[in-house]
Amino acid sequence: MPSTFDTVAKIIAETCDIPIETITPESHAINDLGIDSLDFLDIAFAIDKAFGIKLPLEQWTQEVNDGKATTEQYFVMKNLCARIDELVAAKGA
Amino acid sequence: MRLEYFQLLDRIVELDLANRTIRTEATVPHESTIFQGHFPGYPLMPGVLLLETMAQTSGWLIIALTKFQRMPFLAAFKEAKLRTFIAPGTVLSGTAKLEHEGSGYAVTHAEIRVDGKVTCDCEITFRVVNFPAPDLRSYMQKEAERLQFPLGAIADG
Repeated sequence: MPSTFDTVAKIIAETCDIPIETITPESHAINDLGIDSLDFLDIAFAIDKAFGIKLPLEQWTQEVNDGKATTEQYFVMKNLCARIDELVAAKGA
Repeated sequence: MRLEYFQLLDRIVELDLANRTIRTEATVPHESTIFQGHFPGYPLMPGVLLLETMAQTSGWLIIALTKFQRMPFLAAFKEAKLRTFIAPGTVLSGTAKLEHEGSGYAVTHAEIRVDGKVTCDCEITFRVVNFPAPDLRSYMQKEAERLQFPLGAIADG
């Protein structure tokens, strides 16, 4: 069974035509991979479907805009995957 | 349908919140300045307006599902297919189904049928936000009346 990181990296690579080998756990989806907001909608759709969750993008964006969180907390790959794992676990609880 | 005012739907025929579907109807006008350029001597409904017709059909479904609290804005069309020419006077039957409601976005699949046959279809992504201006919300509520939007379906849904 592929890891969360492998699944998300594959989604990003296929959605944004980014070589998968350039995507690492330390990659920032926006700053390093250059994913824009429209592509991120496609990625969110694919992640939502793949994991059966609803990424709380609006909440995350609001927290970043309010200075309560940094983009790194949500959009660095390893952190994004950790959030996805939390959402999957919460769904099964 | 008033092309120049971007009023591409005539009425909402059916709204099914449980199944997250909508059906609309519109008749392409016989006269429009748009046909002077598209095309002289061979008037056709522009493909981009057929896409907009599917987007508006989908948009009303999202407005219904969010109970007039949120406004969808077009973000992307995928796999859009325009299968036949559409001439003035054609009656279009639009349908849309919500495929996914994400956080701040929604994805629909929409079709236009003519005489029961699919003539256009696509997947559409919308950004869905709180109404950014009171005037816009008022306008959409007036439009809902014009389209015979079944407000009772929202109250019951």
